[in-house]
Amino acid sequence: MYAYVGRRVLGTLPVILVIALVIFLILHLSGGDPAAIIAGDHATDEDIKAIRDKLGLDRPLAEQFLTWLWNVVQGDFGISIFNRVPVGTLILQRVEPTLMLTLTVIVFSIILALPMGIAAAWYAGTWIDRALMALAVLSFSLPVFVIGYGLVYAFSLQVPILPVQGYRSLADGIGPFARHMVLPTISLGLVYTALLARMTRSSFLEVLSQDYIRSARAKGMASFQLITIHALKNASVPIVTTIGSGIAVLIGGVVVTESVFAIPGIGRLTVDALLRSDFPVIQGVILVFSFFYVILNLAIDLLYTVLDPRIRY
Amino acid sequence: MVDIAALQPRVAAGRLGKLRRFAWRNPVMVFALLLFAAMILVSAFAPLITSFDPVQIDPGNRLKSPSWEHLFGTDAFGRDVFTRTLYGGRVSLAVGAAVAILTTVIGLTIGMLSGYLRAIDPMVMRVMDGIMAIPGVLLAIAIMSVTKASIGTVIFAITVAEVPRMVRVVRSAVLTIREQPYIDAAIATGTRLHRLLLKHIMPNALAPVIVQATFVFASAVIIEAYLSFLGAGTPPEIPSWGNIMAEGRSLALLAIWVILFPGLFLGLMVLATNLLGDSLRDVLDPRMRGRK
Amino acid sequence: MSEPLLAIDNLRTEFHSDDGSVAAVQHLSLALAPGETLGIVGESGCGKSVTALSIMRLLPRNAGITQGRICIDGRDLSTLTEAEMRKVRGNEIGMIFQEPMTSLNPVLTIGRQLAEATMLHRGWSRREADKRALEMLNLVRIPDAERRLKEYPHQLSGGMRQRVMIAIALSCEPRVLIADEPTTALDVTIQAQILSLISELQRKLGTAVLLITHDLGVVAQTCSRVIVMYAGRKVEEATTVDLFANPLHPYTRGLLGSVPHLSNGTVPMDARLTEIPGIVPAPGQIVQGCAFASRCTLATDRCRAEEPPLVEHTPGHFAACWAVAA
Repeated sequence: MYAYVGRRVLGTLPVILVIALVIFLILHLSGGDPAAIIAGDHATDEDIKAIRDKLGLDRPLAEQFLTWLWNVVQGDFGISIFNRVPVGTLILQRVEPTLMLTLTVIVFSIILALPMGIAAAWYAGTWIDRALMALAVLSFSLPVFVIGYGLVYAFSLQVPILPVQGYRSLADGIGPFARHMVLPTISLGLVYTALLARMTRSSFLEVLSQDYIRSARAKGMASFQLITIHALKNASVPIVTTIGSGIAVLIGGVVVTESVFAIPGIGRLTVDALLRSDFPVIQGVILVFSFFYVILNLAIDLLYTVLDPRIRY
Repeated sequence: MVDIAALQPRVAAGRLGKLRRFAWRNPVMVFALLLFAAMILVSAFAPLITSFDPVQIDPGNRLKSPSWEHLFGTDAFGRDVFTRTLYGGRVSLAVGAAVAILTTVIGLTIGMLSGYLRAIDPMVMRVMDGIMAIPGVLLAIAIMSVTKASIGTVIFAITVAEVPRMVRVVRSAVLTIREQPYIDAAIATGTRLHRLLLKHIMPNALAPVIVQATFVFASAVIIEAYLSFLGAGTPPEIPSWGNIMAEGRSLALLAIWVILFPGLFLGLMVLATNLLGDSLRDVLDPRMRGRK
Repeated sequence: MSEPLLAIDNLRTEFHSDDGSVAAVQHLSLALAPGETLGIVGESGCGKSVTALSIMRLLPRNAGITQGRICIDGRDLSTLTEAEMRKVRGNEIGMIFQEPMTSLNPVLTIGRQLAEATMLHRGWSRREADKRALEMLNLVRIPDAERRLKEYPHQLSGGMRQRVMIAIALSCEPRVLIADEPTTALDVTIQAQILSLISELQRKLGTAVLLITHDLGVVAQTCSRVIVMYAGRKVEEATTVDLFANPLHPYTRGLLGSVPHLSNGTVPMDARLTEIPGIVPAPGQIVQGCAFASRCTLATDRCRAEEPPLVEHTPGHFAACWAVAA
């Protein structure tokens, strides 16, 4: 067991290394002067020279990469061009809204997608199945911000019962927090829900056709027990995998959603940095998001052993 | 004796009948194809459908809500949103198509080499895993932030984000094909590597690649919209769907139509592509049939 | 014969598709007395398994009973609600399937799957149910039962898994056990063990068994009475002794001809398995007259025109064949 966990953890190291390398290379192979890009549009020649010296940009690429990587490992992501604050600090300040939004969306989507997918599989081929799956394809064909602005428009002008902008911390009470979360969660969650519902359906379809489901019925099990006890755990591995891989789609959506609803999270930070050409911040944000993604998927990998006893360590 | 000539029309009718039966069994695919074709046609023939100019500013006509004259209303510069949406389709579809083609070509090349040459496989796959772990939209944002905004860089940025998944699809197909007896036979007769890959392996790997390419197209259209919407995409003077919506952002509460209609158009396009991909997969890949 | 426990009267089960309906079973009647073992024999596709699933009301969604009654203790199962039917499954009728490798849920422990039945039907606590589970594993002679309870199906061999399936099916002491090809997927040596286990438990618990098989050897070893099915219909019914001594239907004779005789311990070197020429008519293929006529060496014009009725030739021995009637 521990050996298995150790192997999986070690297995993610090359992936993390590649992520870091890719993010590093984007800056250095872009064709422009990295020092000029990092210094920003309004920098003087001295500024650029100072940055070049500090980052050792005249050294060989490999050496620069190792220096940069060493700094990152120590938590030093560089300094924002715009307000001269360390990138790590900036990200930490913004982490809460993003984390809360992501978690809310994951919970919302799972709660919605599981029954949808199970119902579609249970009634496979009927109009219930077709309607649910049409809904799913439809909702991941619309860009997040179109759904978002549609909701903003409807709820600000037509039925003004929910706030359409901003974020309240959980510390301000669950009520305000929840009210501010509703619309962003729906806009961002529909895509993810659609993804999960489709996977849930196909996974359940497969499981429901298995012999052991028939044996369970022959034992006298009711449909509900059949689904919750016998089918759910068997169907869960592909569903959980999709929960993990779908996070990538979700993170892309977070950036857009935070812009639409003016939520002061990491996504908003990314967009602001983009508009100000604040490259160190963009670099830091992508590193953090990617690591989050890798770690989450590692956790899911380890979860498989709990879900399926046949997966041996 | 059978008269061959007399049989000819029956063969044709048989083929047509087959086609009709196929269409009857795959109504979703027919619907998706029609929708897809319709979107391409209205974009291609935009000048014939509308007489407005997509970029010409008309200050007297600002923010008109949808009417018979301006089906989708007008934007903050008095331009007809319907016209801009049709023209915008040209840009968005071109970006989608370019990304799909580039991703397919690059993905096929890397995927086939990686799947066939065991020596480079682990290395290539680690790199692909790494790129795949960076959320696509963010990777594209990062690339856009260090390059000059142009349609070319948008296409490049999205392609980089899409290639790894295509490589995975190609590679897993090649891994199966590599074990087939006809490959051994080809090797035994001294077929050269490039010929082996192009003539023997690639044709057999195409089905999943075509399906994946449709999903890449859909994804590229959406990512282009995201990038433009966030201000990191196609240069703002070119009316892509994303740019039209980006301009409508600040006016969302005043003139929702500037965002909504291009958004729905984009949604229809992506819907058609996704449905096409789904039904193609059902038809081309019998193993996936009924599993969706 | 005593009052039947399970009675099927003129059953017809159909499969529906876009191209119309096909009868997988038709005009089937049978009676199973308490404690009796009745075999149903036939080639694959003859409707044996569909009969079993019809009794359990576990037919696939595109299939349904369109005619006839299935009664247990005089209660017509088709009149029961789904909830009432669930109380019959596993409780009054237990069932074991052909594929022990896939019939157990891979992610639940053996103990959990065993306990389910009694928790469900007797409302027992998990603790009581576990006790019973252990008892059942010992009954089906699984060594080291206590440890096995905590294991998962993939840790057991095929024969072991089939023993577990039997234990599950019998744990509520049902009065009827339906065994659908219970030994087909197993090694020959294991087959014999499983069959003798079923026979032994049947004597011990007084369960009536409906044994479905394509293997006359299995019938000879376990059943007191046999029904031979062909193309969805019953073509012959007799006591096992009668059937083997005096098979009436040409199809039964064909089946017997294709079983090597080992009963007297000597296998004549020139004994050959006679094969029945031809194949079973495809389901849905409209057959005029006797369904077996196209493969029958005795077929006459009458066989091809008129379906033969099931006639009692000697007491308790029925056959549906014009050639025998003549």
